[in-house]
Amino acid sequence: MSTADLLPLAIAIPLIGAAFSALVGSRLPRVATDLLVTVWAAAGVADLVVLWLRTGDGRAVSWLGGWRLRHGESVGIVLVNDRIGIGLALLTAVLVLAVIAYSWRYFDEPPAEHAGTFPALILLFDAGMCGFALTGDLFNAFVFFELMGAVAYALTGFRIEDPRPLQGALTFGVINSLAAYGSLLGIGLLYARTGELGFAQISQKLTGHRADALLLTAFVLVLTGPLVKGAVAPFHFWLPDAHAVAPTPVCMLLSGVMVELGVYGAARIYWIVFSGPHGIPQHVFHDTFVAAGVLTALVGAVMCWKQRNLKRMLAFSTVSHVGMFLVGLALLTPEATAGTALYVAGHAGAKAALFGVTGALLDRFGSVDEHSLYGRGRELPVGGVLFVLGGLALAGLPPFGTALGKAVAEHAAQSHSPWLLAVFVLASAATGAAVLRAALRVFAGAGRRPLDRHEVPETTGGGEEPEIRGPSRRVPLPMLAVPALLLAGSLAVGLLPAVSTQLAQAARLFTDRVGYVAAVYGHSHAAGMPPAADWTAEGIALGLTSVALAVAFACAALWAAPRGGGAHRVVAPLRRLHSGHMGDYVGWLIVGVAVLLVAVRAQL
Amino acid sequence: MTLLFFLAAGWIFLAGVYGMVTSRNIIRTVGCLAVAQSSTYVLLLAVGFRRGGTSPYFTDTSTRTPVVDPVVQALALTDVVVGATVTALLLALALQLRKRHGTVDPDALTGLRG
Repeated sequence: MSTADLLPLAIAIPLIGAAFSALVGSRLPRVATDLLVTVWAAAGVADLVVLWLRTGDGRAVSWLGGWRLRHGESVGIVLVNDRIGIGLALLTAVLVLAVIAYSWRYFDEPPAEHAGTFPALILLFDAGMCGFALTGDLFNAFVFFELMGAVAYALTGFRIEDPRPLQGALTFGVINSLAAYGSLLGIGLLYARTGELGFAQISQKLTGHRADALLLTAFVLVLTGPLVKGAVAPFHFWLPDAHAVAPTPVCMLLSGVMVELGVYGAARIYWIVFSGPHGIPQHVFHDTFVAAGVLTALVGAVMCWKQRNLKRMLAFSTVSHVGMFLVGLALLTPEATAGTALYVAGHAGAKAALFGVTGALLDRFGSVDEHSLYGRGRELPVGGVLFVLGGLALAGLPPFGTALGKAVAEHAAQSHSPWLLAVFVLASAATGAAVLRAALRVFAGAGRRPLDRHEVPETTGGGEEPEIRGPSRRVPLPMLAVPALLLAGSLAVGLLPAVSTQLAQAARLFTDRVGYVAAVYGHSHAAGMPPAADWTAEGIALGLTSVALAVAFACAALWAAPRGGGAHRVVAPLRRLHSGHMGDYVGWLIVGVAVLLVAVRAQL
Repeated sequence: MTLLFFLAAGWIFLAGVYGMVTSRNIIRTVGCLAVAQSSTYVLLLAVGFRRGGTSPYFTDTSTRTPVVDPVVQALALTDVVVGATVTALLLALALQLRKRHGTVDPDALTGLRG
């Protein structure tokens, strides 16, 4: 089998698995369905591993159905990618495998007539995300975007016994689909201008036109979808609402990789489609999206710190980290891109592990509320250790992958705007501190017993339906083994030099528009030197600084005397903005698009 | 003339958005989402329009006949399928909300805030 065939196979394997699981799931015993689905997911991982190895330091190109370019024009769909996109697809497949193993004992009583639906939806989600990561065609990307979206809405609202999942799923669906239709309007405008839909083909045709109002509108509209999926402020409001209520295994996928795919999509589309001559100049993208990323990182960090619902806290920490990823990609250098890729891989392991342990708490105690769980986690010492390690990984403790990625991105940011270092250190310290504070309260009963105050509206996280009900109240083995393996994965990203060198090579391909276009058009093109992406003394020092800050914040929250005052007056209005009302969130979406249009226009 | 189509598409999109922002009923919100989506049909079909062109079938006509762009029609068709799926799913969620919790008013859903 040729390398090109492996690309469509990465999408086809989970698709077929999903159909199969939905068909036979109700006829087979639970164990057989679980085994079958695990085999499908493992096959998807195997396909992508071979693809990763065979692609090497280059790009894999596959024209679907053999509809190739003729005289520089095309009507076919092309899948094309380097190791950044393939790596994201691989990360998706690995997380899906982990989630399927995690949920072996999940939903012990599935609806009798719909057994097999949950794994089928997970595999369908896998197919959508892999497709989005691998495609080189704008309309195809829209279809995969909507596929992963629709499946994610269904998975979020899976537990219909509680109104909150339904509300979260509806908000998620309405906001994301509206943004996707905005993207489609942009795609229509680009097609009107160029008559092409492939990233590379549009890019080639655009070089013959000047940047005008149509290109500007198309740029902002096309990026709206990925930015909403990537939860970039002010498009992030749907994310905490969806993540706080989705079943835990789904949260692992949403936070671990789906949101990151949004930021990836935005950067990929900018690099290939718009960064050419007569496109949107690099300084415009850089300034606009570094600003957006910093705003996202800070809003996420502050909101994360203020949460008591553990899932919502982790969701806001994802918002904060996505902000840092956006800053990394918007720096538009191969080094920063390599750092971000490492950061995403390390973060996925840590965040999925944290959600996994939270799921074990939910199973055991029927609550994800930091206050009412105070001290009760002492029965789960293993869970406590994993939760603390996850928090330290989020804060950037070397040698976790998060620390390496952050250090490389920080090094790249330093030469350009040194103040970005402070943002990186503070945001990662605050999100890590929130997790550590919760871990110490829940698993060790540290500090004073928290008091309930109701000055601001908040989501508590008490009174949740346990997602598993069984007479034996022991936590199933996979629910702690899978988080441990995921943390080990995050550690491996930081420790294996092969991962960082290969991602550094891929990052220089990711930032090479000419090379991408040449690969699609079948020309050869020599790439430059890969950037360095390795541990430095300075990076380790910065990582340790943010960990020390995180520990200090957490201890201060637990033991220092409570102070009212200025901070509260700033934070309370910000919390009130997160109203849970979908009409408000649609309003914010439009405000965000308008601000982007004005900001980009002003810089042209 | 072409500009008019673009403006019409933008107008329909914003009309849908206005409905979504002001909606007091989730069914209406989902309906308005479908309105916003229909702007994409208008835009896509307008992009592929050719004056004097017929539908892109060549069974009983010469291959030299001017036709409208078939690619955007394929896109619009895919778009319809995607839109129908999303609308059906969201309506099903709204239905469950009404059945089990007795409300479709977004203002009555206060479980997630802060």
